[in-house]
Amino acid sequence: MPFDVKMAISALRQFNALIEEKKEFLTDLDAAIGDADHGINMNRGMKRVIEKLNSKEYADFSALYLDVAMTVMSVVGGSAGPLYGTFFMKLGQKLSESEEVSVGELAGAMQEGLNGVMSLGKSAVGDKTMVDTLAPAIKAFRDNADGPEEDAWNAFANAAEQGMKDTIPMLARRGRSSYQGERSIGHQDPGATSAFYLISCLRGAFTER
Amino acid sequence: MVGVLVVSHSEDAAKGIRDIAAAMSGGAREVPIIGVGGDGEGGLGVSVPRIFGVLRDMLSETDGVVIIPDLGSSVLSSRAAVALLDPADAARSVIADAPVLEGAMMAAVEASIGSDLAAVAKCASDARDLRKNDH
Repeated sequence: MPFDVKMAISALRQFNALIEEKKEFLTDLDAAIGDADHGINMNRGMKRVIEKLNSKEYADFSALYLDVAMTVMSVVGGSAGPLYGTFFMKLGQKLSESEEVSVGELAGAMQEGLNGVMSLGKSAVGDKTMVDTLAPAIKAFRDNADGPEEDAWNAFANAAEQGMKDTIPMLARRGRSSYQGERSIGHQDPGATSAFYLISCLRGAFTER
Repeated sequence: MVGVLVVSHSEDAAKGIRDIAAAMSGGAREVPIIGVGGDGEGGLGVSVPRIFGVLRDMLSETDGVVIIPDLGSSVLSSRAAVALLDPADAARSVIADAPVLEGAMMAAVEASIGSDLAAVAKCASDARDLRKNDH
């Protein structure tokens, strides 16, 4: 079963609902090491994305993800706006005018998105950011892209969850939390956490079909 | 003529820093200096599309623009705004690694004497060495 625009929209709706449910948890994580705005910002941004999606019909990934990117970049304050915005924009550019793609194509486009995030944030694996969730997840997704689809989606979400948890002992090297130095150790990164939610919602859109 | 774009989390700060830099550089040439800041809804924050819109307009009327962000997500948002430009315009945009007020003021002064983009950007970066207690 290919990944299509309908599934992409379903994943964004699930992501909005999950962010709404977890906004206080995200804010608490951010309060420990950042400026306590990640939950609120993501919540406001995803709500606005859903309003946008409700007002339009989307025929291809390019139009969908461009709208998501621009909305997120204008509404989500803090670094999450430009970072998630760049991820969605690169995803849209790579998938371009397709209406549906294979797991391998989707994974390849996500790699472009991740490259964009790393280039914008000048970040690498181990810096205690969303990259620590995205990088191992996308690698697992690509490595499993030729096998059964369900296995690929599960590998994707499982690696994302592990990547998120792996940020707990890390020392923050990017963003506001890096100003905390060693006090950032022992806390799960809020950006890595919201990135796990995004991936679990993408998997959710696959399993509900 | 090179322009200077101040990007801050606060619209008030962006405008105030812009005003100071403009006043200090008020020479023979009028340097285009603009301050953009805030979330667009009256709160603190930065908006990539707002930065992009101002930057693109400035680039249409200047030889290049030195962008001076305050910190953190202003820097990321400025980079994201540059990435949205056409490659030719992006090549005429430089994000200065500089203190926001001193950098904006030094860049505006350098731009006012007709220096090129690289010289204005370097001058902004050099502003981090300005001392306040040495004399």
